[in-house]
Amino acid sequence: MYTSLTNRRSFIKKMAAAAAMTAAATMFPGIVFAKEQEAGIPSGNLDWKKGPCRFCGVGCGILVGVENGKAVAVKGDPNSSVNKGLLCVKGYHQTMCIQAKDRLEHALVKKNGTYVKTPLNEALDLVASKMKETIEKHGKDSVAMYTSGQSTIPEGYVASKLMKGAIGTNNLDCNARLCMASAVAGFLTTFGADEPMGCYEDFDYADYYVTWGNNMAEMHPVLFSRMLEQKNKRGSKIIDFATRTSRSSAASDKSILFEPQTDLAVGNAICYEIIKNGWVNKTFVEKHCNLSKGLTNMGYGLEDNYSFTDKPEKINFEEYKAFLEDYTPEKVAKISRVSVKDIKYLASIFGDPNKKVMSLWCMGVNQHTRGTWMNNIIYNIHLLTGKISQPGNGPFSLTGQPSACGTAREVGTFTHKLPKGVVMNPEHRELAAKIWKVPVERIPAKPTYHTTEMFRAVDRGDIKFIWTQVVNPLVSLPRTSRFRPGMEKDSCFVVVSDVFPTPTTDVADVILPASWHIEKSGLYGNSERRTQHWDKMIEGPGETTPDAWMTIQVAKRMGYGDLFPYSEENHVEEIYNEYRQFHEGKKHGMAPLEVLKKESGVIWPYVDGKSTQWRFNAKFDPACSNGEDFHFYGKPDGKAVIWQRPYEPAAESPDEEYPFWLNTGRVIEHWHTGSMTRRISVLHKAMPHSYVEFHPKDAKALGIRNGEKVKVSSRRGSCVLPASINERGLPTQGQVFVPFFDENMLINDVTLDAFCPISKEPDFKKCAVKIEKA
Amino acid sequence: MPIISYLAHPQDGKKESLINEISQLSNCEVIPAENKDLLIVVTDTNNKEEDEQLKEKIEALDSLKLLAMVSGFDTPKNN
Repeated sequence: MYTSLTNRRSFIKKMAAAAAMTAAATMFPGIVFAKEQEAGIPSGNLDWKKGPCRFCGVGCGILVGVENGKAVAVKGDPNSSVNKGLLCVKGYHQTMCIQAKDRLEHALVKKNGTYVKTPLNEALDLVASKMKETIEKHGKDSVAMYTSGQSTIPEGYVASKLMKGAIGTNNLDCNARLCMASAVAGFLTTFGADEPMGCYEDFDYADYYVTWGNNMAEMHPVLFSRMLEQKNKRGSKIIDFATRTSRSSAASDKSILFEPQTDLAVGNAICYEIIKNGWVNKTFVEKHCNLSKGLTNMGYGLEDNYSFTDKPEKINFEEYKAFLEDYTPEKVAKISRVSVKDIKYLASIFGDPNKKVMSLWCMGVNQHTRGTWMNNIIYNIHLLTGKISQPGNGPFSLTGQPSACGTAREVGTFTHKLPKGVVMNPEHRELAAKIWKVPVERIPAKPTYHTTEMFRAVDRGDIKFIWTQVVNPLVSLPRTSRFRPGMEKDSCFVVVSDVFPTPTTDVADVILPASWHIEKSGLYGNSERRTQHWDKMIEGPGETTPDAWMTIQVAKRMGYGDLFPYSEENHVEEIYNEYRQFHEGKKHGMAPLEVLKKESGVIWPYVDGKSTQWRFNAKFDPACSNGEDFHFYGKPDGKAVIWQRPYEPAAESPDEEYPFWLNTGRVIEHWHTGSMTRRISVLHKAMPHSYVEFHPKDAKALGIRNGEKVKVSSRRGSCVLPASINERGLPTQGQVFVPFFDENMLINDVTLDAFCPISKEPDFKKCAVKIEKA
Repeated sequence: MPIISYLAHPQDGKKESLINEISQLSNCEVIPAENKDLLIVVTDTNNKEEDEQLKEKIEALDSLKLLAMVSGFDTPKNN
């Protein structure tokens, strides 16, 4: 294709500016260049189309400039209250991956060990016949689907309907299990209702932002920039509580480091101090809270087929107070390495009745073998002080993926979930059966495999057919050293829908070419309960097709056509209108599609034409009906639960043979497993490969220099990476940190498949490793 | 025909002056950060000599504290 010199130079200038912006973003947390987005846009008659960003759970509104059928520019949507026209480096460059040379444009079927280009209809015939044949031979629980918090709402909905309503198996789970399951379990155990009670407007009122194991400057940069704005404007303070010094720590007012896993103890010490100093909001606690304890010493789920059910038992306030005697700041300081002074300082922030406090967390708290407990403990702090469900006062669990809330949690693409409620509840099954028009007996009452157990079942040969969509488990699962050989076994037929080749497509029997984000219509739901719709903006290449439509096509081929009467042109609208019926009412009402088409997102519950910004607060939430100021209506008695949750050690701690903690995570330049962002040249050049971070004292003791190749090994596997000493981040002594985005340096071969027994979310933040020069 | 991008750090309180001064130079584009004292500068010149001269002009500005190069492209004239 001919490219004029002017166009080429202008493109190179844009690349040069983008590289500088990326560099600036890594050096200065929260930096934004909104004007550049306007200035750098090509001239001409661009057609601007609105939608949500493809990447994280913040849910920034974007405008995509389309010219001659191609996406040529992206800018922040100034009408979006989420980002007010701003975007981070990933958001700004997102559409650049679409044209990657290795884009999957056609279906590929493995024949005699070679992938053969196959017409999509033929590939879908094969998928349907294999799925049907497997069910006939081995039963309905021999087939599984594994989807994503990046699936759109319609994609998640039809996957759930196919598996639970049509086939009649609960073998459906999603990668939100790896990031948000502990948040869900925390919300359900404490409040009986999932998702944050507040919204992003809380940032505009809070005096303190306490971030719990959360590097927001790199993971949620636009929200971090909102915190920085308030810091500059109103003097709000950011307190970073973490195991590693990150870009967020550098921009915070105070950085407090703790020993991995001891956040449980520090959280309890804060509660101890709140009670000891008389900072409890007694009226709030008496009116709106119950106290409970659950089972302890639950184990870590390391063995196959592990199961656990908690047994809640009510306790009184005096019993809770006595329990906290084990968590005096003096006792906790010894195990946590947090000073008594800092513990008391943290408690005093929450204890001051005149200060508004937001707690923010994401993977540090959720990817934790006691993740549900840790979520409960943060809620305890806010409930004890009554700092909840008010503008600027509240616990705010952030999501990782763009529709972890909208799809995984609200549509319910977990084994135990239905679009409303859970499979264990007969009323919820009846509602699903009624809307889906299937016999209620078809929906099984018992959950089957959560993610880790699902891939263990593939390895054992119990699952004989698996279809993955919008997900790259062979990079993102813990302990891929077990699951990669498992997926390669002949005992399981593997179907992978994706946009680009990945280590997961490498083991597929059939690869289906999926449409990218803006090549289809869809809906996402972000961290603040905001549902956002977008219309298809451009045509995808080759035979690329939306995942929802491929699922519908397979369902029809399997004989379930009557349950999937949607049209190709309008299936998104038809599915959303069907799905909305599940959430009718004041507690979770979803906005009509025509409203979503007009607005830059709408927060649910959407009642009488209005978003509900603060749930459970009678001033803002029309669902409150107890006549009090607050009503935690997710629980039958309208009260939230303060949980007695102890500190327990990690599943695997450093020892003589494996003396370091391994912590894994993300970097600002890359989205999760890097399958998209590593194909965006400016992002790839800015962060071309993974690395292992050391504390300088550890590096010196080991004689390791910056950039030197080292081998990180655990009892499960090993990975060779270059050393990084005091560069992007700084782990505490005795700990190393590795980003997981690099498919050529698979750190998840090393991690441990231990999980929280309640939420079943794995802990990617803690296992024991040894370090050797490679 | 070099195209170079830089991060330009202004002296304290001199961000606006630096934006104005660099904007007046030929073959220079400035992209100020919204919320930090930092500018991105992209230069587009005909040859290495011009590029050097332009860099010297920027570095001579009183409102500039530090100029750090981030990326550079040298594109042939007829490409």
